[in-house]
Amino acid sequence: MSRQRSNYENTLWRKFERWVNGEDNSSMEASEKHEEKIQRISKEQQQDVVDFEATAEDVNELISKEKKRKIEALYRKYENWPQTKGIKIFTGLYRAMAVILCACIIALLLITVSYLPEFGNANNPANNEVPERYIENGIEETGAVNFVAGMILDYRAFDTLGESHVLFIAACCVLILLRADKKKEDKKKEQKKNITCVVADGNDRIYEPKNDKILQKIAFILVPPIIIYGIYVVLNGHLSPGGGFSGGAIIGAGLILYTNAFGFKKTSEFFTYKTFSTVTVCSLLFYAGAKSYSFYTGANHLESHIPKGIPGNILSSGLILPLNIAVGLIVACTMYGFYSLFRKGGM
Amino acid sequence: MDLIQNFPFFCIIMCLASGVICSVLSGKTAKRVCLTLVTVLGIMNVCVLCYVLKTGESYTFMMGHFPAPWGNELRIGVLEALMAVFFCVIMLLSLVGGIKFVFEDIEDTKTNLYFVMINLMMSSLLALIYTNDLFNAYVFVEINTIAAFALIMIRNNGHSLVAAAKYIIMSALGSGLILMGLSMIYDLTGHLLMSNVKEQISLINANGNYAMPLTVVIGLICVGLAIKSSLFPFHSWLPDAYGYSTASSSAILSSLVSKSYIFLLIKIFYRVIGMDVMVDHKITNVLFAFAIIGMLMGSIRAINAHDIRRLIAFSSIAQIGYIYMGIGLGTQAGMIAAIFHIMSHAASKAMLFIAARGLSEVSGGSKDFSDLKGAGYRNKIAGVAFAVGALSMVGIPLLAGFTSKVYFAEAAVIASPKKMWIAMVTLAISTILNAIYFIRATISIYTPRNEHYAVPGYKCAKTMTVALVLFIILNFFLGIFSNSIVQAIETGLGMFA
Repeated sequence: MSRQRSNYENTLWRKFERWVNGEDNSSMEASEKHEEKIQRISKEQQQDVVDFEATAEDVNELISKEKKRKIEALYRKYENWPQTKGIKIFTGLYRAMAVILCACIIALLLITVSYLPEFGNANNPANNEVPERYIENGIEETGAVNFVAGMILDYRAFDTLGESHVLFIAACCVLILLRADKKKEDKKKEQKKNITCVVADGNDRIYEPKNDKILQKIAFILVPPIIIYGIYVVLNGHLSPGGGFSGGAIIGAGLILYTNAFGFKKTSEFFTYKTFSTVTVCSLLFYAGAKSYSFYTGANHLESHIPKGIPGNILSSGLILPLNIAVGLIVACTMYGFYSLFRKGGM
Repeated sequence: MDLIQNFPFFCIIMCLASGVICSVLSGKTAKRVCLTLVTVLGIMNVCVLCYVLKTGESYTFMMGHFPAPWGNELRIGVLEALMAVFFCVIMLLSLVGGIKFVFEDIEDTKTNLYFVMINLMMSSLLALIYTNDLFNAYVFVEINTIAAFALIMIRNNGHSLVAAAKYIIMSALGSGLILMGLSMIYDLTGHLLMSNVKEQISLINANGNYAMPLTVVIGLICVGLAIKSSLFPFHSWLPDAYGYSTASSSAILSSLVSKSYIFLLIKIFYRVIGMDVMVDHKITNVLFAFAIIGMLMGSIRAINAHDIRRLIAFSSIAQIGYIYMGIGLGTQAGMIAAIFHIMSHAASKAMLFIAARGLSEVSGGSKDFSDLKGAGYRNKIAGVAFAVGALSMVGIPLLAGFTSKVYFAEAAVIASPKKMWIAMVTLAISTILNAIYFIRATISIYTPRNEHYAVPGYKCAKTMTVALVLFIILNFFLGIFSNSIVQAIETGLGMFA
């Protein structure tokens, strides 16, 4: 039989074993120490009482003990100091350092801006052959009177393809976070019914103003022009300032106003989750398909069979018009989707 | 133009399109689509790699009817194709290995969205590898960030939501810094195409104009990418994000997402700003210093970890430090070692995450070491895989981690004497620290106790077994046949300039 050492728990090996086994070393030690201390203090106190009863033999000793006790009391008082006051000081320091750091970075960036090329100077490095070709040959090469539309949807269409997928992926993220699961909600409701019937539902939709006459009248007048204006901006994206992104945002705003005035029930007659997913998926796939045709032909130096049309006509500039429509649909659906997901967790 | 030259472009478009399609499919169908897609991507990229190796030259691919400074462009060389193949392999294996847990951890109605995220993530990884345009890179950095956020958040319990919030705050800050840097680069040079920017920057550097903004630009881009790939002082989001997401997500995040940013940084080093300018501006020294601290701090935090997933996560911080140390040496050899370590770390870390999940599955779902005792006997293949991964991270010969450590040491010897001493000493200390916590973890897994978790008749899921076996083979392959890979990296880096 092997003997266990008396102080086995405190040996180095035991500590190592505990660490290997994933047991908490530090807290155990601390608690042990704490217990020891409590025992010691109580013993001393008992002794003090005995000493006092047995007449004061050595006054000096008593005084020193009193001092010790005072120090211990002080120690006990400030034992929890790091947990209470220390954290406060740390948070204060942390905030101060954060502010100082931010101020330094802002100052650095402002100084850098003063070293950058002067704004609007004709000799700036940014005014080189790249924008020159966009401005001089843009209309001829893309067929779009609006240079910006030509740049984002023809010259650099790959970037815009990525951007529209950013919108899509953001919508998917919101869907993951906020879409309420019908089954789960039903279960929760049943549980609530079982417990109490009167507890107010966490759902604040009940308190929304319904059938607000003023809002409805104004929306009745405003919504059609807003949506028509949005459609106009999308369709004229290649002729005048605007395009898919801005026009889509206007249409989305119109839809949101409509929902606010007439409620989700009325909107869901023509816009459900199914509409949302069909429209988004179809437009994104159309975008990817159309652009991969033009990328493929372009890279392999094949001729593209898409007519450019006469610049300035509504039916012109090749793929830009249909792409604008696709982007507009995506943006409108995403805007409205965000709103209704944040509002009620579904469409 | 050969058909094979179109493959990179096909890959990216296919990923985007299938991501969109997956959003309307059911979870099971989406899984099939996604796995098939990643396999096809792997095959296509192998074709590209063979083509580039055969011709021995890189080529550019014009996206659209307009040539480069006006339109977008892809650039395909040996290194890019090699990384693409490797990323596809790791993605496929980590997906297959953790597929069972994806369906366990995520609500049924949302599983298809998980595969949407995986597809879009894959598209962004490939685009980041192949792109030759800075703004294009930024667009796909955005997709990458949001997809990674969704991969953490989709598990939808309290811990993963907090982790996701931490991740998105830090990562958005990184994106902002990168965007600021890129817009300043555009202001200074008037170009966004990598090769044109490099020409202009060498002119600027020779003239001595704009020296101060150039330093700030380099700093902004490096800090932004360092935050996103969790270099030491910016690692606060990492342990939670890797520790609380589903197994496949952790594997993908640690082995692909952070690595893609490091690859982008290497690309910017060589193809945008130029290695000599970087060394002139002393940014390599800064990265080197933080990398050294990170190597030590990550390991020290890992020693105190009680949770197996967090232990692996903290070890990731140390390993990222290794990669940045290679970059910080500022030499060609250091860069090669760093790129090789990207691969070897990805291979072992993804395996460790999957194996850890397999081990905690047979320990009542707990990740704590006191519950994991003897898990290696209950789930044999996961135990073996964990042991192999741990040994590889420590640096035992024949395994991937050892080879990359040898390359780091060789690179350090050639570097300047000061850096050599620091790098060598830190390598030694950090190897010992690695050994301390990984050997302890392995011992604890193989301690025969805690039999009350025993699941009679437990069989490891077939998909996971296959994935882990392939991971083990991959680790040995990287360790033993490293010569040819390093040669390919060397030719690839040669094409970069």
